[in-house]
Amino acid sequence: MMRKLKFRSCGNFHESYFEELTVFETDFGRFWVAVGLILLFLVVPFVASSYTLYILTNMAIYAIAVIGLNILIGYTGQISLGHGAFFGVGAYTAAIMATRFQVPFLCAVVMGGIVTSGVGLIFGLPSSRLKGLYLAIATLAGQFIIEYVLIHWEEVTMGTMGINLPRASIFGFDVSDDKKFYFVAFVFLLLFLWMAVNIMRTRYGRAFVAIRDNDRAAEGMGIPVFPYKLLSFALSSFYAGVAGALWAYFTMTITTEPFNLGLSVEFIAMVIIGGMGNMSGAIFGTVFISLLNEGLRFMADILINARIFEQVSLTMAPLKEFVFGLAIVLFILIEPRGLAEVWRIVRSNFRLWPFSY
Amino acid sequence: MEFFSQLMINGLSLGFLYGISAMGFVMIYKSSSVLNFAHGELLALGAYIFLALMVWLGIPAIPAFIITLLLCFSFGFLVERVFLRPLIGEPLIFVIMLTIGLASMMKGAILLIWGGNLYTYPDFIPRHLTLNLAGMNVQPVYNMSFLLGIGFLILFGIFFKYSSQGIFMRSVADNQRAALSLGVNVRRIFALSWAIAALVAGMSGIVLGVINGINVHELSAIGLKVFPVVILGGLDSIAGAIVGGIIIGVLESFTGGYLSPSLRDVVPYIILVGILMIKPYGLFGQVEIERV
Repeated sequence: MMRKLKFRSCGNFHESYFEELTVFETDFGRFWVAVGLILLFLVVPFVASSYTLYILTNMAIYAIAVIGLNILIGYTGQISLGHGAFFGVGAYTAAIMATRFQVPFLCAVVMGGIVTSGVGLIFGLPSSRLKGLYLAIATLAGQFIIEYVLIHWEEVTMGTMGINLPRASIFGFDVSDDKKFYFVAFVFLLLFLWMAVNIMRTRYGRAFVAIRDNDRAAEGMGIPVFPYKLLSFALSSFYAGVAGALWAYFTMTITTEPFNLGLSVEFIAMVIIGGMGNMSGAIFGTVFISLLNEGLRFMADILINARIFEQVSLTMAPLKEFVFGLAIVLFILIEPRGLAEVWRIVRSNFRLWPFSY
Repeated sequence: MEFFSQLMINGLSLGFLYGISAMGFVMIYKSSSVLNFAHGELLALGAYIFLALMVWLGIPAIPAFIITLLLCFSFGFLVERVFLRPLIGEPLIFVIMLTIGLASMMKGAILLIWGGNLYTYPDFIPRHLTLNLAGMNVQPVYNMSFLLGIGFLILFGIFFKYSSQGIFMRSVADNQRAALSLGVNVRRIFALSWAIAALVAGMSGIVLGVINGINVHELSAIGLKVFPVVILGGLDSIAGAIVGGIIIGVLESFTGGYLSPSLRDVVPYIILVGILMIKPYGLFGQVEIERV
């Protein structure tokens, strides 16, 4: 029997709480997601150049970490300044598992996530007990301590030498080349996005939101605030760890260098710019920052080729830092709910046109 | 023994500097409960303005110092006006994120102007400030930092105790709503606390620059070390900031001397995690008790 299709929702016509929980309000949304998926999996990989594929894969991996961070920042209202390092923990766990113990790809990725959430708990445990934003401070400490351990625990992490990973393969099927890894990364992204969206619809997700909005009221309603804060942080670290592990397999060689405070700030920038407390925001933010990065690199290339300034390549890193900071500041001041909100406004303007009131 | 006392003296003076830099941080936290992640960049700003005034414009040390402090003061005021005032009433998480963005912006701007090189100030500290302490020579820089620090502490003591603005600031820190209803201009107090914090940060930045050389990476790293210091001392206690700073400085200096130089920069953070586990509100912090 054919169900009646829903195309536009103008106003709130929900008759039960169950309807309130649906992921797609209209079949129109479902349709566009399907179109997007077809483009993503059946068109883009066969049309795009290998450099574009590389960037897209990178975006997909970062987006997983950003979704995790969004669960923590956007939904639970806690800040982590250590996600760069947690990303690194995931990467190193996968690398060590793969090289020392010959653990297969999928197992290594999952273990990367599990170990990272364990490490995260060490720093989350003391601070989640406290009211306020102590987690930000504890994870800042975590960032520096983890970085130190990665560099100096040479027997395990090979220090500054780095580790070379074996090729990624799933059940004996090699997936390490650009095009195949693109599929792997996006399947992981979709899986984790699906998980996150659905976790947020369960009692756990609603508890996180309650803690964010008012922790006293949450406590009063019988939500044990401390375990839930810890759970949110562990979940968020798990996402970061999985993303790190994927990234390690993607780049094939990892060193300690990329996992610094700058990366943590980059993740935070992605969450803020995309929109806190919105899953599509994580994607928007990742795309925005990655494109910004590419744009800056492109500009640097042009300037160097034009030989206007010989030293421009040297000053590009600070420019990037400045632009990142500026983007964070402007978004907080002008549109604190991020690109996702901008997108929502644009969309509803179209939908309600010409009677927008 | 000589090595020990040298380390001790280095640690004490370093710690004192940490304490003074943390003072500005605590001031902002107390009045508006904002964790300022841009504190290191405020330090760097002071150091670089002083450098620019002395080297580019050739202004002698003392007027340059005073001009730097004034500029830092106005900068703090400006930051509050432009970036933080629109966020009054928004969730705290936005404000803290904003300071993270601000830090990144300021660091980028400083790097764009001055680059990542290590600069040093021209020598301007009078030689006769060298102190002979039980056979140990204490460098004039350290004495100067100590004198400056003590001077500022006394000044702040007087300011908070007797001036009306200081009393307003204390009242806002104590209870924002009560202060508002008694007619305190809370916005002005926020602006003032940012301005004073930037001024103190600028001063400590200059002293740090004299001791270690001026490099924005180093200075912003020191700005982040404010966190272990204030967690140890208690987030809302100015005396705690000084004591915490000294403890952290001494421990850092001993670790560097006896254990390994590379461990030195991480020790404060290990202490931080330890303190959070054992005594999360620090040595002098106010314990928040809340019952539902």
